[in-house]
Amino acid sequence: MSGLAFLIPVALLLGLGGLGAFLWALRGGQFDDLDGAALRILIEDDKKNGADR
Amino acid sequence: MNAPGPSPTASTAFAETLISVPSLRCAGCIAKLEDGLAQAPGIAAARVNFTAKRVAIAHAPDMAVPDLLDMIGSLGFEAQPLAEAAETKDSESRQLVRAMAVAGFASMNVMLLSVSVWSGADGATRDLFHWLSALIALPTVAYSGRPFFKSAWAALRHGRTNMDVPIAIGVALVSALSLFETIVGGPHAYFDGAVMLLFFLLVGRVLDSVMRDRARDGVTALLKHTAPGALVLKPDGSTAWRDAQSLAPNMRMIVAAGERLAADGVIEKGESHFDRALMTGESAPQRALPGDAVHAGTLNLDAPVTVRVTAAGPDTAIADIARMMENAGQARSRYVRLADRAARLYAPAVHTLAALSFAGWMLAGAGWHDALLIAVAVLIITCPCALGLAVPAAQIVVAGALMRAGVLVKDGSALERLADADRALFDKTGTLTLGRPEPDNLADLSTGQQSVLLGLVRASRHPLSQALRRAIEAEGIAAADIHAIAETPGTGLSGAWQGKAVRLGRADDVDGAGSAMACRFEIAGETAITLRFHDQLRPGAVALPAELGALGISSSILSGDRTAAVAPVARALGLTAQTAMLPEDKLASIARLSAGGAKVLMVGDGLNDGPALAAGHVSMAPASASDAGQNAADAVWLGDSIAPVATAIRAARRTMRVVRQNFAIAIGYNMIAVPMAFLGYVTPLVAALAMSGSSLIVVGNALRLRKAAR
Repeated sequence: MSGLAFLIPVALLLGLGGLGAFLWALRGGQFDDLDGAALRILIEDDKKNGADR
Repeated sequence: MNAPGPSPTASTAFAETLISVPSLRCAGCIAKLEDGLAQAPGIAAARVNFTAKRVAIAHAPDMAVPDLLDMIGSLGFEAQPLAEAAETKDSESRQLVRAMAVAGFASMNVMLLSVSVWSGADGATRDLFHWLSALIALPTVAYSGRPFFKSAWAALRHGRTNMDVPIAIGVALVSALSLFETIVGGPHAYFDGAVMLLFFLLVGRVLDSVMRDRARDGVTALLKHTAPGALVLKPDGSTAWRDAQSLAPNMRMIVAAGERLAADGVIEKGESHFDRALMTGESAPQRALPGDAVHAGTLNLDAPVTVRVTAAGPDTAIADIARMMENAGQARSRYVRLADRAARLYAPAVHTLAALSFAGWMLAGAGWHDALLIAVAVLIITCPCALGLAVPAAQIVVAGALMRAGVLVKDGSALERLADADRALFDKTGTLTLGRPEPDNLADLSTGQQSVLLGLVRASRHPLSQALRRAIEAEGIAAADIHAIAETPGTGLSGAWQGKAVRLGRADDVDGAGSAMACRFEIAGETAITLRFHDQLRPGAVALPAELGALGISSSILSGDRTAAVAPVARALGLTAQTAMLPEDKLASIARLSAGGAKVLMVGDGLNDGPALAAGHVSMAPASASDAGQNAADAVWLGDSIAPVATAIRAARRTMRVVRQNFAIAIGYNMIAVPMAFLGYVTPLVAALAMSGSSLIVVGNALRLRKAAR
């Protein structure tokens, strides 16, 4: 039973952490352009990175 | 540039402008546009929003909109400025997503605690878990429940009731009673039911609002705004860019070829052809000389003119039509959505049931506490969780399917009304036809002649030249080298090819007012050839009346064009037509049909169709339609083919079938669950299982619609 005192706060904090991360991402505009985000991964960052390979 | 860095708004020293770039298609376009703009002088940053097909540019404050458009143009993209400023950051759907996230977090954690209670925790542990649940659930109800409380309060204040009234009352009562149970250490608390209910309902709301946003973004990206401003000639001879709102009568604006007019006016200097399709639906360009009146929104085709403004802003003819549209749209705003119609029957029934169970158990001597507990269980079980999801889930699935098929539906109510339609009215120019001339007899020219012609017409923006260019390029013919090309407004193009004079000009033997448009192509030393044009039917137009007929929809044509121009189209499609109709006539015609009980689907594109599009029970417009047409229409389809009209109606009808099935499932579930709740067998565990079970079934049924638009 004493484990509860430890486990319940952990469970709640983890949940809160997830919620906080989601709201932070939402505020940061990460969900504004979902189609664009999927395409941006295809763009080469710049010429230098290409030469490093 | 690739990483989602700080937004360009961050620095205040720069002005920000939003520009719509409809031709963005791939990752390469994003990189090309962003990098290209970022390297341009005066531009601090550019950020593309691919979903909305627009780019936000942070630039030096002294740069004007036309400069930015030129820059984007030189990178190879077509662009239009967006008239409205940056949208409000905190949109409705964002608030809903936040509320949903909070409710989702709360329901997961409360469920964690509830499961332990259900598996046998009792005594001090159960009380502790109930207190913890209360600690999570009560703030959540206060925060995530706001959309429902607000809407319910607004409905009650006006003496009406909607879906949100039973939800708000149910959630508030359940939370209050569960808190009481927790304080007295009772065995059952329904906090998990309350937050789960909110979570499921918010999922429905978010789906509904995402659907509206997505369609709106899509349509905004397509909007070809009427000119946002004009180059004004000052008395001292200098020029300055003024936006449309600050134009005033008696100013002189210089309108370049290819620009739209920003205000009504009279031509002072120069002569040109104007594309007035936006106003009249006529496809043939009209000639305007000094002294002629020209209207805002019409497109100047071939030469720069100076126009003295006679009316600007709210006084223009375009604004008149906009007002007519606003009035016509009022009938539609009285449409009550299916879910709300269901709620009108549902809400009183639910409240009566709950009140009856309370009264019944009181009479049976159960004591007010037990009676209230059972009444609350009835409220939770009947709360329209499945109902709240039934409609939006089906509608968003279909809207997604239609979007992939090239139809943007603006909201759920549009889908409901589309399924109702039993009478279709079509505009001609730009709707049944492509609204652009196509050459008839290009085959009369040899390949060599065509390549000379292409070299010549590439230099011109006149619609006939553009039509020739498209047709010849489609055949894969390369352009010949033409020197000394000159364009004389109203007369034609001339140039030199291998020392020989070539000319493309007006065909005098064909009267411009006839049904055919024509021009004459001449290479010195060879016989002149008259090229004829006509406005081609959209692909799929011929089959459309029969397809709609199979759906029980009869069609006819309402056109602003002359009878001579409409007749061939009407004959080809086998439809009756009313011709030479003004916007008012179209409105009257729709009003007559509606009074007779018909649910009119109006399909049109031009500004002159705007009022009719707003007045119809439901309306559709092609993506090539005018700004006003697209705004007024409930759905916009992309591409040349008109077949999506029938596809959309079929998909809308399938949606309504699934929605009705979902209602039947929800009602069937209530018929089993309500007697159990009535008899007091519904514990929080049973309520949680029933609620999530019915929601899953309803969503699963809606997912069957994913292929509805094929």
